[in-house]
Amino acid sequence: MTDMPLPQTGRAGARTKGSLLQADSRTRRRNAAEKRFRAYGVTAIAIAILALVFLLTTIIRDGASAFRQTYLSIPVTLDAEILDPQGNRDVAEMSRVLTLGYGRVLDAALDRSIGSLELNIPGLSEGDVDGIVSREASAQLRQRVLNDPELVGQTVELNVLVNGRIDGYFKGRVTMASAERDSNVSPQQLLLADALAERGLLVTRFNREFITNPDASDQRPEAAGIGVAIIGSVYMMLVVLFLAVPIGVAASIYLEEFAPKNRITDIIEVNISNLAAVPSIVFGILGLAVFINFAGLPQSAPIVGGLVLTLMTLPTIIIATRAALKAVPPSIRDAALGVGASKMQSVFHHVLPLAMPGILTGTIIGLAQALGETAPLLLIGMVAFVREYPGGPPEGLFDPASALPVQVYNWTQRSDPAFVERASGAIIVLLIFLLCMNLLAVYLRRRFERRW
Amino acid sequence: MKTFGLTATALSVIALSATAAAARDQVQIAGSSTVLPYSTIVAELFGENSDFGTPVVESGGSSTGLRRFCEGVGENTIDIANSSRAIRDTEREACAAAGVDEIMEVRIGYDGIVFASLNSGNAFEFTPADWFNALAAQIVVDGQVVANDRTSWSQVNPELADQEILAFVPGTRHGTREVFEERVIRQGCEDSGALEVFTAELGEEAAGEACVALRTDGRSVDIDGDYTETLARINSSPNGIGVFGLSFYENNTGTLQVATMNGVTPSTETISSGEYPVSRPLFMYVKKAHIGVIPGVKEFVEFFVSDEIAGPSGPLADYGLVSDPELAATQQAVTDETVMQ
Repeated sequence: MTDMPLPQTGRAGARTKGSLLQADSRTRRRNAAEKRFRAYGVTAIAIAILALVFLLTTIIRDGASAFRQTYLSIPVTLDAEILDPQGNRDVAEMSRVLTLGYGRVLDAALDRSIGSLELNIPGLSEGDVDGIVSREASAQLRQRVLNDPELVGQTVELNVLVNGRIDGYFKGRVTMASAERDSNVSPQQLLLADALAERGLLVTRFNREFITNPDASDQRPEAAGIGVAIIGSVYMMLVVLFLAVPIGVAASIYLEEFAPKNRITDIIEVNISNLAAVPSIVFGILGLAVFINFAGLPQSAPIVGGLVLTLMTLPTIIIATRAALKAVPPSIRDAALGVGASKMQSVFHHVLPLAMPGILTGTIIGLAQALGETAPLLLIGMVAFVREYPGGPPEGLFDPASALPVQVYNWTQRSDPAFVERASGAIIVLLIFLLCMNLLAVYLRRRFERRW
Repeated sequence: MKTFGLTATALSVIALSATAAAARDQVQIAGSSTVLPYSTIVAELFGENSDFGTPVVESGGSSTGLRRFCEGVGENTIDIANSSRAIRDTEREACAAAGVDEIMEVRIGYDGIVFASLNSGNAFEFTPADWFNALAAQIVVDGQVVANDRTSWSQVNPELADQEILAFVPGTRHGTREVFEERVIRQGCEDSGALEVFTAELGEEAAGEACVALRTDGRSVDIDGDYTETLARINSSPNGIGVFGLSFYENNTGTLQVATMNGVTPSTETISSGEYPVSRPLFMYVKKAHIGVIPGVKEFVEFFVSDEIAGPSGPLADYGLVSDPELAATQQAVTDETVMQ
C-alpha cells in the first residue's frame, strides 16, 4: 500500500477514522477497475475458446466420418464374352474394353450374385442393384483383370467401395426420408444395403484409402483421397526447408552480426518487415511471372509452389532469426572475441548454437504458415484436379501435384454432398500436421533453450 | 559451415530447375467451373483407359481459362480451355497476337439453368416475365415505368405463392449470368411488353440495358462463388430461390425442388428437345499446335466426344450434361482437326 494517497490536511480527521481493513471509496474504485479488467480478459479468452471449440466440433462432426468407409465384398463371375471376345487372353486386345464395359459386366454379375441371395426386397430394380457399388469398382476390376488375364471366366471375390449415398446411409447423412426425394438413391437400395449388412457382406471399416488415394471426379466421391495432396505438400515443404532456411539464416546472420548499420541496411530492414505483411496472393503473381513465364518451369508443379512459398516464408524466418540472434547477450560475443576468436568463429561457434532454439521455432512456424497457404498456389496452377502421383524426388518435384489446403478448397466446391465430409476430413489431417509441427517447435525450444 | 553446404545444395536445386523444364506427359486443362466436373469425369476415365497420363484439370472460370489459353504456344501453357460460353472476338484477337491462331472449337453438350428452392417450401411455376417483374430495377405498371417495389411473388403473379421475393443469382463474373440475363430477364422484359415501353421512353440501346438492370434493394443477391455458396445461402434463408446448373440440382435433389419454366420441368430430355428455354452450349477450345507435341491431346478430345462418353447414355449425361444431338458432326470435326475460321 505504498502508493496510498497521503491523507490531506483538510480532511485529516476523516482519513484517520478509516481503517486499513475497510477500503475507502478510491481503493474500492481501483479494485473494481482491476476486477473489470480481469473480467474483460476472461471474456476475451472465453470467446476465443468458444470459437475454437465451435470450429473443432463442426469440423470433427462433419469430417470424422471421412475416415470410415463402407465396403462390399461379394463374389462375381467375370463374363468372358464381353471382356475377351477373341478368347485369347491377349492383354493388348483386352485393354480395348473400357471401364464402362467392365461396369456392365459388374452390373450383370452383381444382379446374379445378389439375386441368388434371395433377399426379397419389394420394388428393387436391376438399376438399384447396380447403383450400390462405386463407379471406382469397375476401374479396379479392369486393372485387376488386365494384370491377371486368367481371371476372365472365373468367379472372383470382389472387395469394393459402395456408392457414396449408400455409404452416407451408414454414416447417417442419407436417411429413408431423404432417399425418397433424392434422385440418386432409392429407399429400396437402402433396404438392400441393410440386408447385405445383416449378412456381413457390407461392412464399414477404417478408410485407409482416404489417406493414400488420389482425388476422384464428382461421380466417385467415395473413392476420393488426399494421397497426391499430401505428397505435394511434403514436396513443397522440402523445397521451402532447403531454400528458405539457409537463405533466411545466412541473411539474418549477415544483417545482424556483420553488416554495417547505415541507410542501406535500414532500408533493407524496413523492406523485410514490409514483405512479411504482403498478402500471399502477391507472391503467387510474382511466381507466375518469374518461375513459369520467365524461367519456363512447368505449371502445377510442387517445385514452383515450393519456390513461391519460400519467398513468402523468408521474411518470417529472417525476422525470427534476427530476434533470436539479438537475444544472445553481447557478453558471449565479447568473451569469444576476447580469447582471440575471429568474428566468424564467435558467430558460428557461440552465437548461432545459442540462438538455435529461436531459429528453429521461427522456421517451423514459417513452414506451418506455408503449409496452410492456398492463395499463391491458385495462380501457378496447383489448384487443380490431379489424379496421378508425382514421381520420386528430385524429378517428381516437376510433376503436377496438389496440396492439402488446395484439396480442401476444391472439395468444398463440388456439388455432391459427400465431398463436404471429405473436405472436413482433409482439414482434420491438415490440423494434425500443423499441431505436430507446432508441438515439435515447442519441444525443440524446451530442449535447447538456455538461460543466462 | 553446415549452412553454407545447405545453401550450395539449394543453389544447385535452382540451377537444376532452370534447365529441367522437362517435357510434360499429361494434358493440361483450365477454365469454366461449370465444365469442370465433366472434364474431371472424362480425365479420370481417360487416365484409366489409355496409356496417357490423367489430364490435370483446373477451374477458375471461362474468362480466366481463355486468357491463359491465349498466352501462347508451348509446354508451359495450357492445351485446352473449358468455357461455358463461346469465345469472344477480342479473345481470339488476343490469341492470334500471342501466336495461337489455330483453335479447334469443340461443343461438348448443353447445360440447363434451373431455378430451385428448398424442398420444404412452396413449389413454383415461373415464366420469364415473372422473373423480370420480380427482379428488374424498373418495371412497367399500367404503361408507366416505375421503380420495382414488389415484395412478394404473389404481387408479381397472383398464381404464385405468397412468398417473399429473394433470389440468389450468379454474379457478373459467371458465364451463367449472361445466359440468365439473356434467356430469362430480357425474355421476360419482351414478353411482358416492358421492352416496348422502355424503347419508347429511353431509346433502343438504353431500353436493352434497362431490361437487364436488376434491383439493388437486397431482393436480388449476386453470388460470386459457385453453386455450393448459393445452396448455403438458401439453407440459411429458406424463402430464397437460387439459380443452379442442372447437374448441381440433380446431385442435390434430396434438399432442392425445381421450379418449372413456361410449364416445362427441366431435365436432360426437355433441354435437348429445346422445350425448356434456359440452356446454353458448353465448349472446349483446343490448341491445334499442341496436337502431336503434347502426348494425348487429340486422343483426349476424341475420347471426350465419343458416343460412349458424351452420348445420351454415357457418364456425362448421367451427371447432368445434355448431350448434343449433333455429336456426330463434332466427332468428325475433331478427327479432321477442323479449326475455327
